[in-house]
Amino acid sequence: MERLVSFESHHDHDLNLKATELRLGLPGSDEPEKQTTSSVRSNKRSSTKISQESNTNNSSVSDDHEDCAPPSKAQVVGWPPIRSYRKNTLQAKNKSEREVGGAGIYVKVSVDGAPYLRKIDLKVYKCYPELLEALENMFKLTIGYSGSDYAPTYQDKDGDWMLVGDVPFHMFITSCKRLRIMKGSEPRGLGSCVGQDMKV
Amino acid sequence: MQSMESTRSTRSLSFPDKVLHRVFTHLTSNEDRNSVSLVCKTWYNADRLSRSKVSIRNCYSVSPEILVRRFPNVRCVTLKGKPRFSDFNLVPPDWGADVHAWLVAFADKYPLLEELSLKRMVVSDESLEFLAFSFPDFKRLSLLSCDGFTTDGLEAIASYCKNLTEFDIQENGVEDTSGSWLSYFLESFTSLEVLNFANLSSEVDFDALERLVSRCKSLKVLKVNRSVSLEQLQKLLVLAPQLVELGTGSFSQEFSAHQFVDLESCFSSCKNIQSLSGLCDATARYLPAIYPACANLTFLNLSYSAMGSDELDELLMHCPCLQRLWVLDTVGDKGLEAVGSNCPLLEELRVFPSDPFDDDTIQGVTEAGFLAVSFGCPRLHYVLYFCQQMTNAAVATIVQNCPDFTHFRLCIMNPRQPDYLTNEPMDEAFGAVVKTCTKLQRLSVSGLLTDLAFEYIGKHAKNLEVLSIAFAGSSDRGMQCVMEGCPKIRKLEIRDCLFGDAALLSGLDKYESMRSLWMSSCNLTMDGCRLLAKKMPRLNVEVIQEDESDDSEADKVYVYRTVAGPRKDSPPSVFTL
Repeated sequence: MERLVSFESHHDHDLNLKATELRLGLPGSDEPEKQTTSSVRSNKRSSTKISQESNTNNSSVSDDHEDCAPPSKAQVVGWPPIRSYRKNTLQAKNKSEREVGGAGIYVKVSVDGAPYLRKIDLKVYKCYPELLEALENMFKLTIGYSGSDYAPTYQDKDGDWMLVGDVPFHMFITSCKRLRIMKGSEPRGLGSCVGQDMKV
Repeated sequence: MQSMESTRSTRSLSFPDKVLHRVFTHLTSNEDRNSVSLVCKTWYNADRLSRSKVSIRNCYSVSPEILVRRFPNVRCVTLKGKPRFSDFNLVPPDWGADVHAWLVAFADKYPLLEELSLKRMVVSDESLEFLAFSFPDFKRLSLLSCDGFTTDGLEAIASYCKNLTEFDIQENGVEDTSGSWLSYFLESFTSLEVLNFANLSSEVDFDALERLVSRCKSLKVLKVNRSVSLEQLQKLLVLAPQLVELGTGSFSQEFSAHQFVDLESCFSSCKNIQSLSGLCDATARYLPAIYPACANLTFLNLSYSAMGSDELDELLMHCPCLQRLWVLDTVGDKGLEAVGSNCPLLEELRVFPSDPFDDDTIQGVTEAGFLAVSFGCPRLHYVLYFCQQMTNAAVATIVQNCPDFTHFRLCIMNPRQPDYLTNEPMDEAFGAVVKTCTKLQRLSVSGLLTDLAFEYIGKHAKNLEVLSIAFAGSSDRGMQCVMEGCPKIRKLEIRDCLFGDAALLSGLDKYESMRSLWMSSCNLTMDGCRLLAKKMPRLNVEVIQEDESDDSEADKVYVYRTVAGPRKDSPPSVFTL
């Protein structure tokens, strides 16, 4: 069984950080600074508050400096305006969705070079070919294991990155936490144990 | 014209008080009653003696003493407390709105109290016990978005309110210590018509629930919590096929085909269901069981159920009479297309975000979904829509399709986001809304907005009563346009905008005719607030100062009219100027 070792740090060098910058709006849309015109008074008060006791699942804390980037949702107290009861219920549900036995197994899918992730429900698929076909349709690309095609990889429960297809499908759905569709040569380094009972 | 003196004697001869009272009981709207009470002293007295229902939408606008003195015969009270933004954690927990002082006054003057509806009030267990002991005739309790109590308090209500008909606990901050409260209803207790405990999380004693449902033959509304399984729900439905409103518990279980058929036939004997909610964890497998019960459905609340587009489409095909629909954005634009195709009678749509704090994933609904609904549902007049992107053009088309909006609440979830296609501000979108929808009463704006949006609002939104603004505007002029232009404005809530003291003071003439104004994270100063307080003594100008930030700034300001003067129960963080 081949494993991808520390591919994350490997890959950082190749990452076009701007392209994967996390914000809403299409890639290439104007910088947010443009939105606040000269009528803005001096930033004596930042409009974002870091929510300390926030029970949201945010991980990063923004720098509280002069830039006028729209505050990321997770950092603004009481925004979006959803009642606490509903918010708490949603968060409990979103957490449990990651576990098998819930209504669905939702995992995030990222594709190298695409700025936005998608979410899919693994429970919907019965076998690898179905899953791969769905991914191909969703992202409009070809998945293959040779040449310059895209190759599907996943992060398992232990945090390791594996090539999709190396375990039986039902085992795969229980251990898959995240999918990443890689481009180019790196996945090929994983060896050729894949292919037999997977790709059509 | 005859003077009041000479007509008064002829009036009291021709209209004895009893007749006036009788006439006034036919006035159901409190607005009408308020009007008649202004006609003359006789009518004022007739109204005050015959008024049995009062609705106090800001508990600090009047004191318990003043209320009981004016209206001695009240049986039904509605009380609303904290500003609405307390739902979003913008108000400190000790802010106030404790119901207890009211209950004490009522126990003294309204011993025959029957009904109490509380919204955003602090309610302690002691208060619930006090309520249970003080009012032998008590019938209807509704708690919405309240906090401060635990299930212990509910035990007292169940134990001592022998004439209870309605028990409605919704979306509160309840400390749920145990489900045993339900077992406290006496075996002799049979009067319940409404039971809603969907909000609570503990497992209730199912046997006790089953017996309760079995003996309360008038039960019309039953909304259970998640701990009630599908199999258990089935047992309850068999006992109560007369239900008009049903909230299911957990809707997923491993059922055999035979069990499924049973479940389906159970739902088909529920011929009176008009409202359906819950359906948490409902899967495509079991959802079809409810189809037989949907023929007369007018309200479907799927906002706690992560449904996909195909499931929704299937379900909606069985709901021809649907008027109100609440969903999660998991249904996607495709699901909303299904709404447009299947629900021609739809009047209200609410789309809630399923994962509102996830910035990097494409999910949820866009302008396409909203458009699809507007094409298929011309009667739509109430919308609450959370989305990640919107365009001016889409909104313009939407309101052309549906010009009768009374409530338009659009939340583009990323603050200050422009039209994602043109990169322009969203001014024209809301301009289109206020120009086209002349009946508009409530508006929530979002996205990137300049003062132009507020110019439009001030110029066209002549029926607007409630306005919510966040992360918007370019200068004080924005708020000024609203204050000067909207004659019927009652509630204004503003957060994270540039409006400063000049904007605040531009509303001087308006605030006494408004219920309240909330401004947080704007550019207000203490001096500006003090000036307002000085010029308008019949307003309470409260500043919430929670941390050690600059003393000259007023970060959270709440202004409201009152006849009760400054309140005496403010916590240390709240200053009445």
